[in-house]
Amino acid sequence: MTSSKPLSKKPFVQKLIAITRMQLFIPVLALLILVLFNLIADPSFFIIKMGTNSAGHPVLSGYLITILDYGSELAILAIGMTLVTSASGGQDISVGAAIAIAGSVILKVLCGNESRPDHMKAPIIVAFLVACVVAMIFGAFNGALVAFFKIQPMVATLILFTAGRSIAAWINNNELPIISDESFSYFGTFIPGCPVPTPVFIAAACMLVIFLVLKFTNLGLYSQSVGINPSSSRLNGINPAVVKLITYIILGLCVAVVGLIKVSRISTINYSVVAKDIEMDAILAVALGGNSLGGGKFSMPASIMGAYIIQFLTTTLYKFDVNSSALPAYKAVVVIILVVLSAPVVREKFNRLTKKPASAVKEGA
Amino acid sequence: MKKFLAVLMTATFGLAMAGCNAKPAATTAAATTAAPAATTAAPAGDGLIKVGIINNDPNESGYRTANDKDMKATFTKENGYDAKFAYSLKNDEQIAAAKKFITDEVDYLLISAADVSGWDSVLQDAKTAGIKVILFDRTIDADPSLYEASIVSDMRKEGDTAMAWLEGQKLPEYKIIHIQGVMGSAAQKGRSGALDDKAKANGWTIVTQQTAEWNAEKAQQIVQAVIDKGDKFNVIYAENDDMAKGAVAALDKANITHGVGGDVIVMGYDCNAWALKELLAKKWNYDGQCNPFQASYIDKIIKDFSAGKAPEQKTIIMDEKGFDATTITQEDVDKYGI
Repeated sequence: MTSSKPLSKKPFVQKLIAITRMQLFIPVLALLILVLFNLIADPSFFIIKMGTNSAGHPVLSGYLITILDYGSELAILAIGMTLVTSASGGQDISVGAAIAIAGSVILKVLCGNESRPDHMKAPIIVAFLVACVVAMIFGAFNGALVAFFKIQPMVATLILFTAGRSIAAWINNNELPIISDESFSYFGTFIPGCPVPTPVFIAAACMLVIFLVLKFTNLGLYSQSVGINPSSSRLNGINPAVVKLITYIILGLCVAVVGLIKVSRISTINYSVVAKDIEMDAILAVALGGNSLGGGKFSMPASIMGAYIIQFLTTTLYKFDVNSSALPAYKAVVVIILVVLSAPVVREKFNRLTKKPASAVKEGA
Repeated sequence: MKKFLAVLMTATFGLAMAGCNAKPAATTAAATTAAPAATTAAPAGDGLIKVGIINNDPNESGYRTANDKDMKATFTKENGYDAKFAYSLKNDEQIAAAKKFITDEVDYLLISAADVSGWDSVLQDAKTAGIKVILFDRTIDADPSLYEASIVSDMRKEGDTAMAWLEGQKLPEYKIIHIQGVMGSAAQKGRSGALDDKAKANGWTIVTQQTAEWNAEKAQQIVQAVIDKGDKFNVIYAENDDMAKGAVAALDKANITHGVGGDVIVMGYDCNAWALKELLAKKWNYDGQCNPFQASYIDKIIKDFSAGKAPEQKTIIMDEKGFDATTITQEDVDKYGI
């Protein structure tokens, strides 16, 4: 081992190694690879056009806009998933089913008992707030199982994963309500006159909120310390169970926001397919952000970036006419690479490798 | 404390198990005591025909919901039936339900199978017990002697009807976006097959062919990708209404006109009431029916059996229409919308 003489390393090499150790390294590298690939394959990928939609309002279009649009819902979920992962050392696999529930609640409040109402029965904000409360209750249910009953997160959330879509269908008596009011579709598409898709603004608002929360409260510190070592954090006066519970409730809130976007996009819902497999993408976003899936330290910007990168990958694959049923296979390749890279055995090997050339450079010079 | 908890848990678990055991035992006991009474009472009794209906989960789709409602409306006490229902999307659970219905000694077993295979032995049991089996909505891979009749949709015929309509539009060129259902499902195979053959025969261009797995949002993304790429297209052929709706959302966003007189022809399937209304508003062009109303056919077959008549054909293919936006009427929407 040459670690006994770190001071003698060249500053440049040292910096390079330091960069590879930074958490943002993985997502930035992934993004660079995707951007380069598209640049070489077809630079028209990056064209953004200004056009009008069928209602005559100006809208931006292009692949990058599509990525921002669809990546936003994933980014919102990634916020909650990162906190849950950090505090409980596991993931919530029920977010897709919970989105179905939240979406169903929104439609139930807006439609009442009719499935094709002429006008909305309640203001959208009321429907959204009710959905928030319901989603947070389901989040608290998951959180309670994990925090107080000490059930493994994936097993605990498996309950809602299995039952959630049936609950969503039951809320609306198996009907598939459709809202004809134009203003409901603003959340998933465009606000008239604004050329940028609304989900982008919603995601930006969520990011701002979580940034402020992490800056001005101890949530980040507490969830990391609980994730790293629950017993020592208890000795320091943190209640691990409560912290875990709070992270699941926050994820519930994120789920409600995504639920609103999802049902707004097409003004209706299909319980069995809405937000299908989105939990896997959300978890992948956290992993792509270089966060340990075993809990502990996390970087929120890296997770959010991870979410957009996944959408980047999805859109790229669509562009090249890759069969959409094959998309999960490509994502699986990314997962394999990430998991292998973060495995302790590989890390150690990698560390040794990066140190050897460093000393070699020194001897050469 | 831990030991106490463990003892408590085992105790409750044991009790729960005992409870589970007790229940079926009680029902079988009731059944055995009731059975002789029933046989003696049957000739003079209520004369209800006992049917066990095994269906897929009504949440699955609007089609299934309509199908289930239709079944429930037909097999009522007033119509002379004592109907029991079992729902599952899983084949093994459906087979278990079938076994239970056989022990319950139903007269008829109506099955919409989740999966095509694995039914032979349970159908054999039904035959031995003298129970008549009628398949509806979906066929299975079993010897036809094991069931009396099957009432099904011919998805290929649906596809061919749609293709005949599309060909009749006489477009100067055909550039089609094909959005498929879950790969391998009977609906996908039939509806895709019809397009594939026709496109090959007529030299139509398929701009993209992707599965959106019946999902509106995925369909939206697929069409969005084609629009972003700048490829030209003039037909969207979606294998259900949800996906057509998603595709149309992408068109609206890009200000591409669709429907009657528009740049792009929109085609869907299933005849949801809301989709037929889109046709009525001339925003879509075509919607193919997938008839969920099999109950009346089954009712007729059972009544025929009671009168001592066997059905003329073993396989009955249902009448299915295709609606054109230029000819559809409000009555069609009310009558055929599900």
